[in-house]
Amino acid sequence: MHELSICQALLEQVEAATRGHAGRVDRIRVSVGPLAGVDAGQLERAFELAREGTVARHARLAIASAPARVLCRDCGAQSEVSPNRLLCARCGSWRTRIASGDELLLLGVDLTDERVEASAA
Amino acid sequence: MCEDCGCALPKASPDPQVVDVHARLLAANDRAARHNRMHFDDHGVLAVNLMSAPGSGKTALLEATADALGRDIRMGVLVGDLATENDAARIRAHGVPAVQITTGGACHLDADMVHHALHEMPLDSLDVLFIENVGNLVCPASFDLGQHRNVALLSFTEGDDKPAKYPVLFRGADLVLLTKNDLAPYLGDFDPARAERCVRELANGAPVRALSARSGSNLQSWLDWVRAQLAAVRSRRHAHSHHHSHPHTHDHGETVAR
Repeated sequence: MHELSICQALLEQVEAATRGHAGRVDRIRVSVGPLAGVDAGQLERAFELAREGTVARHARLAIASAPARVLCRDCGAQSEVSPNRLLCARCGSWRTRIASGDELLLLGVDLTDERVEASAA
Repeated sequence: MCEDCGCALPKASPDPQVVDVHARLLAANDRAARHNRMHFDDHGVLAVNLMSAPGSGKTALLEATADALGRDIRMGVLVGDLATENDAARIRAHGVPAVQITTGGACHLDADMVHHALHEMPLDSLDVLFIENVGNLVCPASFDLGQHRNVALLSFTEGDDKPAKYPVLFRGADLVLLTKNDLAPYLGDFDPARAERCVRELANGAPVRALSARSGSNLQSWLDWVRAQLAAVRSRRHAHSHHHSHPHTHDHGETVAR
């Protein structure tokens, strides 16, 4: 499944983003829209495999998702849509463009202060 | 406001250090794809990515295309498969250069694999490069290879509602070809109009055309489309022409097969 390739790319980005930062990678925040062609469940399962041996080996993956919305080029209305039916809800036109829902983003990484972890042990 | 930025998610452990990134997950592949596209543009080559389920007739279409294209359009092919060199060998037998990419296990081509294969492709003696992606209607759709156009194939022996079942791939197609239409008299339940409706419901106005590589039926409309895209890409390139050389700084030791 391509979700594993995507996790590998994700972990390379996390590595680069946290290089030079102290602390443990605790949470990785991503946005996966319903039109992005990536299954959130598969991504979670792939993440559990891919994070082994990386800076993110103890991290959780937090997946946010913006709804699929289109903007109609004929009547200007914005509609919430399903992935295989991107028609305007007001006028029925297929001449729409995606306003949200196709994102596949690394939003950010949350690191835990190692000192806090040690004192809590 | 914050449906998609993640700030509505519950806080992590106490006093987390937050590193904001806001980058596309596939940014590295996108960069490699842009690099490929620059190579194509530098050589005035049209790059076309063909995608479909296994067995929809990508290789057969390329064989028929190699036979039918006149001397005025020179084509080359990159073929992606998990294993074997069979498809590249088939295409080479028609007198055009073809390079096989064997992915090992990867279910899709990516920009790095294409870049690696391009080193064996004589771009300076080509007008069109066809990239035959791995047969798969799911994964290839997510990976930009640096192509100028995407073509999706759907054969008459498949379901006519497949565009609705595989929306990402068909939504991104610049042309949808309904292949093997020579079999239509024997099948009876494939409705090309339904396939087209499914494509339109993906907000995609791409042409949907039936043809047969084997019988040659409507093949000319495909060749005309290729010629038109080549002209369009070349005239855009002329309009934006800025000549620059760029150093090739990537490490040739990187492996791209997975």
